[in-house]
Amino acid sequence: MTANLEERALIEIDHIGKSYGAGAPPAVDDVSLSVPQGTFIALVGTSGSGKTTVMKTINRLIDPDRGEVRIDGAPVISIDAPTLRRRIGYVFQGAGLFPHLRVAENIGVTPRLLGWARADIANRIVELLDLVELPQAFSNRYPSELSGGQQQRVAVARALAAKPKIVLMDEPFGALDPVTRDTLGTAYRALHRSLGLTTIMVTHDMQEAILLADRIVVMKAGRVIADVTPQGLLAPQADPDVAALIAVPLRQAERVRAITGDRS
Amino acid sequence: MSAAWRELPNYLANHVLIAAAAMALGLALSLPLAVVAARNARVRFVVLAVAGLVQTIPGLALLALFYPLLLGASALTQTSLGFSIPALGFLPSVLALTLYSMLPVLRNGVTGLMGVDPRVIEAADGVGMTVRQRLLQVEAPLAAPVVMAGVRTATVWTIGAATLATSVGQTSLGNYIFSGLQTENWVFVLFGCAAATILALIADQLLGLVETGVAQRNQRRLGLGIAGLLIGTLLAVLPLLGSGRPAYVIGAKNFSEQFILAELMSRRIEALGSGVRRNESLGSAVAFRALAGGDIDAYVDYTGTLWTNVLGRTDTPPRTELLAEMTRLLREKFGVEVLGSLGFENAYVLAMAGNRAISQGIVSVADLAGKAPGLTLGSDLEFLSRPEWAALKSAYGLAFRSERSYSPTFMYRALDTQTVDVISAFSSDGRIAAQKLAVLTDPKGATPSYDAVILLAPKRAKDAVLRQALLPLVGAIPVERMRQANLMVDRDEGKATPKDAAAFLAAGLSSERR
Repeated sequence: MTANLEERALIEIDHIGKSYGAGAPPAVDDVSLSVPQGTFIALVGTSGSGKTTVMKTINRLIDPDRGEVRIDGAPVISIDAPTLRRRIGYVFQGAGLFPHLRVAENIGVTPRLLGWARADIANRIVELLDLVELPQAFSNRYPSELSGGQQQRVAVARALAAKPKIVLMDEPFGALDPVTRDTLGTAYRALHRSLGLTTIMVTHDMQEAILLADRIVVMKAGRVIADVTPQGLLAPQADPDVAALIAVPLRQAERVRAITGDRS
Repeated sequence: MSAAWRELPNYLANHVLIAAAAMALGLALSLPLAVVAARNARVRFVVLAVAGLVQTIPGLALLALFYPLLLGASALTQTSLGFSIPALGFLPSVLALTLYSMLPVLRNGVTGLMGVDPRVIEAADGVGMTVRQRLLQVEAPLAAPVVMAGVRTATVWTIGAATLATSVGQTSLGNYIFSGLQTENWVFVLFGCAAATILALIADQLLGLVETGVAQRNQRRLGLGIAGLLIGTLLAVLPLLGSGRPAYVIGAKNFSEQFILAELMSRRIEALGSGVRRNESLGSAVAFRALAGGDIDAYVDYTGTLWTNVLGRTDTPPRTELLAEMTRLLREKFGVEVLGSLGFENAYVLAMAGNRAISQGIVSVADLAGKAPGLTLGSDLEFLSRPEWAALKSAYGLAFRSERSYSPTFMYRALDTQTVDVISAFSSDGRIAAQKLAVLTDPKGATPSYDAVILLAPKRAKDAVLRQALLPLVGAIPVERMRQANLMVDRDEGKATPKDAAAFLAAGLSSERR
């Protein structure tokens, strides 16, 4: 972890601000983040805290009013948005698969936009179905023929198709049942490590953040109120909001341990 | 019935041609407009409001409105670019039908595009699609089923409304309906309605295949539907390709006598080996303008009508003087050639049931004036707005209890059933004798004479074929003969087609000039 921090940051978010409409309170207010290569960051906070807006400035789904976002030192504003987005994987809530395209076409969409050869795309789809542990037979199915968990695996495969270095995830596992959620989270964490990805995940589930991320950035009312490791979160918190956020999973874990302890 | 079948290839081909052209043009305009409208609330409001407004204009009026508009445009191109555009027939029909087709496509296009799940739109952006790629690869296919439903509605409307194209001189399945209504040939009316309905149903079914093909991403259905539409259109239009452009276009206004005379003129031209197209069911004012503009080559009109409506005169000179003066003025002002009078008059006269006229002691319009406040006038569709009516009214101080307009056929019916007491009849109408009507005299000479005359378009003024074919008709049709011919077509029993009646007139010609 310390080795990573010393490397030059892959993504630099530099004092950005964003307001929706004149007179409205800023959705994001002077946020800075430095994300080294290989890090898994969880952006947490209640809805309206600005966490999704911050993440979307990275692939220019939203451009900030103030400040700058840089990738590999280059301001993203200088890169054509579609070109930029093809280099960055994107997974979001409810999968967001194209309902009129088969699984294979969904996975292959970004490579196709990049003009890959047909055969290369086909090989990549085979590879990715294996990677996300889906049967090859699924490639001819439509998204509506898959379960929620299977759709989310396809969404992960689609995000990874063009071999991005960065993956953005917007509450990727939010709509899944707890078991599937845990399985998928763990599987993605393994991919993140083995492929050397840099991941930014937006979630409002503190437990998920603690279990998956290297670093947890807590936001409230457009500002960052904590930026710590999961271990760091377990130490007593000065900020009452952060303390409240971590209290719930800690209490739950405590209770689970008590119950299992009684049994043994 | 066999007469109806004979016309089918030509009517159907023309009908399919204008409907398909209007739909193609309509889609080319509506689809891009729908894309813009779906993205911009202000454009959306304006576009849908305008398209909705167009839809509220009755189809017949919309078609009729395009005629003067195109005449103006034609005059403009004539002076600025040196060529004129045809203001009658194909162009006004297709333009009006195009406008008519747009609302359902626009409305469904906007609904379809705006109904695409915003998360899918974000996914398209997120994977790196450009705006254009997003539209073509994601939004368009997802909106397609809704858009196709709109296309189906528009197609059915357009095929139905295309029957109205007949009124602006474009042949269509409406020819059955318009001529059938005028001559009370209900077989023709039903045949026209059935043909248009079946055509609409077939097109709708094929588009239904396309729609489900798109919705279920079923290539076979999609291909079958599109192939069916293309092949069907091509097959239907095929008769038009072989025929080529006919040499002459003969016009007719919208009543039996006009149909008969158009047939008579056509058969005489065809006998000389030239091709003829009939352009029937034209409105009274449209017919003369179409002739002056060269859209039709010849038709029969009436001196009084031309005198008051075209030349705007209110005086009523004696018959021969009027004809001579009118011939000179039409040549001078429009270059239109008056070939000559056919030999009978078809005047606007007021008529009533013979027995009632006798019992009430009404012989002239002057006698009528005293009784008019207790009577109802039935007129054809244009009489009440014509200067002749204004002249009669002011000359005799006529004021009826009420006035009603009918298409000519129904006007006679209304008199027969005593729904109206007096009608604006035509003096050459066979029904005057058949229904034992009394024609009221015009002692003050308030209305001009109405000699039937053959008119030639400016470019045909010296045409040898037309002169050879039509000059023998001048002075050759006495009013009794014309009344008989009209009655053949208008009567309920033993009804003849205008073609048969024309043959009857032609037989009379040959017997007289032995």
